[in-house]
Amino acid sequence: MTRPVPLLLVLVALAVPLSLLAGRVWIDPASTPNAAVILAELRLPRTVLALVIGAGLGASGAAMQGYLRNPLADPGLFGIAPGAALGAVASLWLGYAASPILLPLFALLGAAGAMALLAAIAGRTGGIALFTLAGMMIASLAGALTSLAISLAPNAFAMSEIVTWLMGALTDRSWADVWLAAPLTMAGIACLFVAGRDLDALVLGDAAARSLGMEPRRLQTWLIAGVGLTVGSGVAVAGIVGFVGLIVPHLVRPFTDRSPSQLLLPSALAGALLVLVADSACRVLPLVTELRLGIALSLIGAPFFLWLLLRMRRGLA
Amino acid sequence: MTLAARDLTLRGRLANVSATLEPGRITAICGPNGAGKSSLLQCLAGLLAPDCGSVTLDGCDLVGLHPQRRAQAIGYLPQDGAVAWDLAVRRLVALGRLPHRDRGEAHVAAALAALDLDALADRPVSRLSGGERARALLARVLAGSPRWILADEPLAALDLAHQLRLLAYLRGAAESGRGVVLVLHDLALAMNHADRVIVLESGRKMTDGIPDDALSDAIVTRVWGIGARWLGEPGARALVADQALPVAAGPDASRGSS
Repeated sequence: MTRPVPLLLVLVALAVPLSLLAGRVWIDPASTPNAAVILAELRLPRTVLALVIGAGLGASGAAMQGYLRNPLADPGLFGIAPGAALGAVASLWLGYAASPILLPLFALLGAAGAMALLAAIAGRTGGIALFTLAGMMIASLAGALTSLAISLAPNAFAMSEIVTWLMGALTDRSWADVWLAAPLTMAGIACLFVAGRDLDALVLGDAAARSLGMEPRRLQTWLIAGVGLTVGSGVAVAGIVGFVGLIVPHLVRPFTDRSPSQLLLPSALAGALLVLVADSACRVLPLVTELRLGIALSLIGAPFFLWLLLRMRRGLA
Repeated sequence: MTLAARDLTLRGRLANVSATLEPGRITAICGPNGAGKSSLLQCLAGLLAPDCGSVTLDGCDLVGLHPQRRAQAIGYLPQDGAVAWDLAVRRLVALGRLPHRDRGEAHVAAALAALDLDALADRPVSRLSGGERARALLARVLAGSPRWILADEPLAALDLAHQLRLLAYLRGAAESGRGVVLVLHDLALAMNHADRVIVLESGRKMTDGIPDDALSDAIVTRVWGIGARWLGEPGARALVADQALPVAAGPDASRGSS
């Protein structure tokens, strides 16, 4: 177990009860009417979902940064999140949003399509540059098709629904969403853990990594599966939640031995903590409507990204 | 336990190169820039699949060998020395145990000691000098206890004392039955410390034999395009280069580094 893991476990254990009680209306289990129902059916699934999605995004970010050997890498680079978003937008466009299961299923289909395309384009060679470019192409294509769907929305309501959904949120999520996302995310995180040894080898560059037994195609397969399942299921139930995969590995890396495999578990825990705290803050903030989680994390993430760039520039100077 | 290349051809880089390497010896691969030294080493390490020909380890084609088994048998040190994250030296060296899927702490400790890295074991790579970094990277290869050590310019960033210390270690590794193959630019090191030298020019094997023959004055003059002669006694020779000759004996200048 790596050094920051016990601390992160304690922080998550502290944050969970606070998150359950926090909201526009703070719950006092002793006096709030229907407290048990609110906790069990509204707050708890939302809390669990925040933990699940955050863990998936954190672990994916750590794996991506390890794979691309670049601290600026993000799970979004693979094009899987935009692919999943495109699937979800298609379901909204077709008017299937009323069904609680069709939208996430469409999103998962979108993620699967992006994964298959990525594997088909880049999987034969195993080359990192081609893989990255293929991911960026898929992200660009999915983004363009999403914009097209918005511009051709059948009515203003559908357009508004699509735009709002794309912002990402955990509002009004149920246990059905948890049962959909949690197993897939856990399976995805397991795939990333399997890739950990090969990611460690990549620290030394491609040739040295292959000399240590790293197989580029095997690694890509585990990564596509890992990032696809975690990010795809996250987008399916919560929309686009950005920056977690970028920020979290940076926050925990100094507390690890900096090898990619040792970063995965702390990043998963820190991602879970970050999304849980951000989602709780969204509920508590005294705004007219609840701040969307995706917006909140972008508001935190963009300055962090700028700070990171400035620090890297200082390092280069 | 031989490592054998048969008619290796890699378009634009190698042409019909054959060599059977025996363990227990230090073999140096020499040649001017662009001669194909690094490409040959990568083929011998099983990292580059040749267009024609084959590389076999104990008679098994490297292409068909399971990557993990190949990695356990052949340790490869690339020329670039990249380390993506700021690992501590001990963690970096421990990466050499990845093919064995164990921590191999005794092997890691031995590799650290062999390259005089004990005092630096907990230091991050970013705070190492060029020579210290080169030693740490080589220690990573040694930690894997491979039967074959293939290193591309392992001595280039080392000071003289560490060059000699490392060569003594490699000599010990060879005498204990391992095979050592080094790409070397420094012809004097190859002359004085290798048992066998393979000279490449423009992707072709020019000579292959004991250093006195493979790096004779005439060969150096012809392949490197310099007027040169060896001084000193066997085992302590120095190359005196008189001048660059105005002949097109060198490799194609348009090609990059080998």
